[in-house]
Amino acid sequence: MVSNRWVTAAFAAFAFLLPGCAAMAPPPKKAPPVRINLDPYPSTYHRYPGAVTVIRHATIFDGEGGRIEDGTVVLADGVIEGVGGPETPSPSGAYEMDGRGKFVTPGIIDVHSHLGDYPSPGVPGNSDGNEATGPVRPEVWAEHSVWPQDPGFSRAMMNGGVTTLQILPGSANLFGGRSVTLKNVPSRTVQGMKFPGAPYGLKMACGENPKRVYGSKGNMPQTRMGNIALTRATWIKAQAYKRKWDKYNKNGGDMPERDLAMDTLMGVLNGQILVHNHCYRADEMAVMLDLAKEMGYHITAFHHAVEAYKIADLLKANGTCAAVWADWWGFKMEAYDGIKENLAWLDRAGVCAMIHSDDPNGIQRLNQEVAKVLGYARAAGVNISEEHAWTWLSYNPARALGVADKTGSLRVGKMADVVLWNADPFSTYARPERVWIDGALLYYSGNPHLRPVSDFELGQPGEGDVK
Amino acid sequence: MIRAAIVGLLLAAAAPVTAQTIAITGGTVALGDGSDPIPNGTVVIRNGRIAGAGMNVPIPAGAQVIDARGKWVTPGIVAGFSRLGLSEVDLSGGLTDDRASDSPFSAAIDIAPGVDSNGSTIPVNRADGVTRAVVAPNTGKSIFAGQGAMIDLGADPDPITRARLFQFVELGESGGNTAGGSRPSAYVLFRNALREAAELSRYAPSIASSASRSPDAIGEQPIVRNPNESREYGPGAQRSDDVLLTRFDAAALVPVLRGRQYLLVHVERARDILNILQLKREYPALKPVLVGASEGWLVADQIAAAHVPVIASALNDLPASFEQIASTQSNIGRLRAVGVQVAIGMIDDNDTRYMFNERQYAGNLVALNDVPGATGVRWGEALAMITSRPAEILGLGGELGTLAPGQRADVVVWSGDPLQVSSNAEMVLIDGVQQSLETRQTKLRDRYRDIGDSALPEAYQR
Repeated sequence: MVSNRWVTAAFAAFAFLLPGCAAMAPPPKKAPPVRINLDPYPSTYHRYPGAVTVIRHATIFDGEGGRIEDGTVVLADGVIEGVGGPETPSPSGAYEMDGRGKFVTPGIIDVHSHLGDYPSPGVPGNSDGNEATGPVRPEVWAEHSVWPQDPGFSRAMMNGGVTTLQILPGSANLFGGRSVTLKNVPSRTVQGMKFPGAPYGLKMACGENPKRVYGSKGNMPQTRMGNIALTRATWIKAQAYKRKWDKYNKNGGDMPERDLAMDTLMGVLNGQILVHNHCYRADEMAVMLDLAKEMGYHITAFHHAVEAYKIADLLKANGTCAAVWADWWGFKMEAYDGIKENLAWLDRAGVCAMIHSDDPNGIQRLNQEVAKVLGYARAAGVNISEEHAWTWLSYNPARALGVADKTGSLRVGKMADVVLWNADPFSTYARPERVWIDGALLYYSGNPHLRPVSDFELGQPGEGDVK
Repeated sequence: MIRAAIVGLLLAAAAPVTAQTIAITGGTVALGDGSDPIPNGTVVIRNGRIAGAGMNVPIPAGAQVIDARGKWVTPGIVAGFSRLGLSEVDLSGGLTDDRASDSPFSAAIDIAPGVDSNGSTIPVNRADGVTRAVVAPNTGKSIFAGQGAMIDLGADPDPITRARLFQFVELGESGGNTAGGSRPSAYVLFRNALREAAELSRYAPSIASSASRSPDAIGEQPIVRNPNESREYGPGAQRSDDVLLTRFDAAALVPVLRGRQYLLVHVERARDILNILQLKREYPALKPVLVGASEGWLVADQIAAAHVPVIASALNDLPASFEQIASTQSNIGRLRAVGVQVAIGMIDDNDTRYMFNERQYAGNLVALNDVPGATGVRWGEALAMITSRPAEILGLGGELGTLAPGQRADVVVWSGDPLQVSSNAEMVLIDGVQQSLETRQTKLRDRYRDIGDSALPEAYQR
């Protein structure tokens, strides 16, 4: 995993001229370097007000593998103020809630979603997920496609308990563009959803999709070797670009011409942007791991990774996470060897593993997808505890997104992104009863006024219905 | 009785000889007919059929006894709408048999020869307790896709339970696109097709195998005779000049027109559903079944009054298109609440391979009972929607889908409540024959269970 400390620092940077020291010293030979604004579309997200809330007598999965029976969670000022047993004290004036028979977990984090960039309704006018005009498009940013009125966001919250999600560009391209991590709050603007301080990601893809999309047009890449050659050639350009900028940032002088595509790749080489690599086959992932070493970057996570179970040892040795489905297989050749124990086998091998959806329906049932894995693993003789399995739903995705210091588990001081489930969330019969984001109650199944309705759904049949 | 006995003999002759008398004892037994589960029940299977199920069912002497204490026992899952067995790999994997985009034929296409029980999709779903599936073709150039079948998922070379069981037609957004760009154009095509069928039907007074039998009756003969035997293709069968359909396609619609073959109609929008109910008034013999029907709840009373059954998509809750604006997971519950006959299907929902999700879908409808403002489905009814209801809707309710005596012995023993996705199928019987639960997936699972140093590469481990 890449550490987060420098990321926060990078995003705190602003566009400003370093003040010259004209009065103190002779004029410099070269103009001092101009710092480029790395955050030109800054988050305007602010937490909504929330009551100081104490949930008692619930079963707690803390997201890092812990389980507390008859547990207590205290939410105050947007953060987790307390987690523990029945002895946990309540702040004065707190709203006390009886969680008997219910379960409390960190909000689910989906590391792979296209909500907003492939929104509902899925008509051509809304199709904004793949800039399939060239296989190398690191210059595009998913946030510039995200439609905050996508009704899918609210479904993911109300039925799925999803509080944070990464929106990625599609996989038509070797370099698909930048991803964005969002808080799952209704907002007029994408900036209003952006997770404060979350690093950017770069979506990369290997395998069938790029070679199919471009090969069918007679363009490169047409083969897997074409995929790799073009990927390498692009990184070589990025290295040259970075050298130019490193020199300029050190010495000043004439500012090199900016290239948006190369800016993103330089961000990866500088360790500021995390690589999320769509890749199915084991042998291809192994090649990509070597490619990353050759070019001087780190792959944070493979996504889909249908054959990751074949190279669990390699993933562990490289410190690369795997984000997978529970049971998807066979819809294309590179998914042919999918097995239902993939996630469990990765976990057994010590890989940072997680569930993901890549789907506006699947994102509503990620807890059930993990329940499937637990069942299949048990049938194969491997028992994994529910509390451990919750790491696949919140903490490990938070690690892959570089926000594990802020959310993803019920630790004192972390964001109060919390779901109260009406039953064991690994039961098919469970649903979120309440969802808090940064301590604000944004969904309560018992209150129709706490059911977000997007602009798109206003005035339509079924407006405000229980979905 | 005599007919049943003959049928039984025929079946015994066709079924593998391994079918024997089996008693599954001590489990929680759910019959699949909508009733609540029965604790500590017994299921007895003889000659590939259910001999008895429930409490106090005697165990025949010499029966192989299977102890199912702590387990659940149900009929096998019947996938209400699928393209199972038609596609080994959906994208860039070579020929698939679910769609004939460039075929000159449409309604005449019979899906049966395309279903491959040696493919990997059938064993994977069988290992998860799916024992039967309604299999439909996709549309190519026409709004008519062709004739679908009921199949079994048994590990034997013949997967067809009933060929030419229904005709499948798209009359919503997809139909409008195929028909040239609008729903109204699709309806003209539809009416013209039935007109051409009516013209041809004069030359085939008895296309059905038995003119006196309703499509609900069960026999071993298909309701629709093999087209090669039809007189509609002979030199005497004259047609007017004003024709769009090939002779094969027009002939294939004669049984639809006469109500000898079900007509599965994919529509989602409330308005489109009403249009289908109107068609039924126009063509009284038609036996339409709505497929999809995401907005059905908006016109639930009309569907109920028309006695038109629905094979619904269970969990659509997004306005995925403008014909699904009012989608909600409560759709099925609301349809059921006014008496509509509903099964769960998976049209266009990874329908070539993920039939194992049917029980997840059913379980989620049960979950809705605890969501304020939502309309869920009782557990017993939810199970019925993935076992008996699809069979009943397609006239096979006397044959499969429950554990009633005389039914085909499609039985699954589960590690727990089958509507819990964490439960697994531990034993699967199809026509009374115990099935292997091994698949490519379980073999890959075992090969890579522990990666480590071994004397030879993984390719030598199996």
